[in-house]
Amino acid sequence: MYEFHMPSLGADMEAGTLVEWLIKPGDEVQRGQVVAVVETQKGAVDVEIWEAGTVDKLVVVTGRKVPVGELLALLRTVGEPAAAAPETPKTPGTPHVATAPAITAAALPRAEAAAVSAVSARLRVSPSARKLAEELGVDIASVQAAEPGAVISRADVERAAQAKTLTPVAAKPAAPDWHAQMRMAIAAAMSRSKREIPHYYLATNIDVTAVSSWLETENLKRSVTERLLPVVPFMKAVALALREVPELNGFWIDGALRSSASVHLGMAIAMRGGGLVAPAIHDADRKSLDQLMADLRDLITRVRSGRLRSSEMSDPTVTFTSLGEQGVEGVFGVIYPPQVAIVGLGKITERPWVEGGVVVVRRVATATLAADHRASDGHRGGLFLAALDRLLQEPERLR
Amino acid sequence: MTLYNREQIQDIIFDALGAIAPEVEPAMIAPDRPLREQIDIDSFDFLNFIIRLHETLGIDIPEKDYAELLTLNSAVEYLVRRCAADQ
Repeated sequence: MYEFHMPSLGADMEAGTLVEWLIKPGDEVQRGQVVAVVETQKGAVDVEIWEAGTVDKLVVVTGRKVPVGELLALLRTVGEPAAAAPETPKTPGTPHVATAPAITAAALPRAEAAAVSAVSARLRVSPSARKLAEELGVDIASVQAAEPGAVISRADVERAAQAKTLTPVAAKPAAPDWHAQMRMAIAAAMSRSKREIPHYYLATNIDVTAVSSWLETENLKRSVTERLLPVVPFMKAVALALREVPELNGFWIDGALRSSASVHLGMAIAMRGGGLVAPAIHDADRKSLDQLMADLRDLITRVRSGRLRSSEMSDPTVTFTSLGEQGVEGVFGVIYPPQVAIVGLGKITERPWVEGGVVVVRRVATATLAADHRASDGHRGGLFLAALDRLLQEPERLR
Repeated sequence: MTLYNREQIQDIIFDALGAIAPEVEPAMIAPDRPLREQIDIDSFDFLNFIIRLHETLGIDIPEKDYAELLTLNSAVEYLVRRCAADQ
């Protein structure tokens, strides 16, 4: 019997609300099939399953808020008879991660999973909410969850703390809105990053005249619907350069670097009205520019309409941000844990450039790297930026 | 192809912008200031804006002409001219 658990859809996720089951008992499912919709602080996510088989039982009903790692459904794997399966889930809370195997395990720190299992059945509290309650001196038993039966979250603890410090007649605050939730999710992930990750930062100016001209020529041949965005060749170059310096592509888990053989490029995408997500474009190093453009289009469209897939949320191996769009010349990113690097691209501007002793005008962009010093050193980071520069000088080979 | 007047073109622009940035209030747009200073759109949104204009008006807008779409006024001028030229 295969156990399908609530996946961690990013380091900042504690729990998700099961909005909809797309399967029912008796259904055949395939690996990678979207089986449920889960509402997170970053919007609704289509959750995939990574095992093929027949749905045996749906354990969690829709509408419930479920902590990461909790059993959602049972699946009979191929060849497993229906009757033979005694429904004996293993030790509760064991981080037996069902979705996107290697990666979700990465995104779900052991300690947090253990804490989930330690929570008593009566009082369901997310680990970080428990910690926050201790910090704020709030009695966790007195905290009310936002909805009856839901897991007590950090937001609930904060509300309780506020109620405590404000006048005793303070009105019960309304449930936090979506933007507030998104802010808190970002706050949690970025605070953890700055608390735990010793960042180092590198920057280099790259002459991008060749790649920009190549793209202009290429887009001239294309109809408006087939045009490539300027960021696309950069995505490919970043992905290829990461292959040369694998210490920047992967996760830092349990005191050790786990490099990833695949490059799943997390694209930082701003959301309308504030907030951002950085879902993955899978295997970016092996895709053509046309494919990357198609994937990016699909991804941004779904980010803006609020429907991402669980694997996109949980498995980026590195993040790429092109804030240059908004006119900044350089961006020094904050690493999204447990990733170990974030690559930034600034605005492309015409600048004076010395070439063979002569000052010429070139299109130049500042590429940056913020990396985890536990996982790599500045020298290796420098090699990455040098590789990026080299790859961008031969745009026709990026295809 | 239809011949459009300025008002019609302006409405088509507002429709295209509204589909991308629903919070946009046409009356709030200063016609001679860059659109991207007034509306929070990135290069992806801008490409979708161009694609929508292409679909509605049936004209292909090359990248080198993007600068002509900088402000509402210049965009209206440009699109009226392009649609007339294609007649």
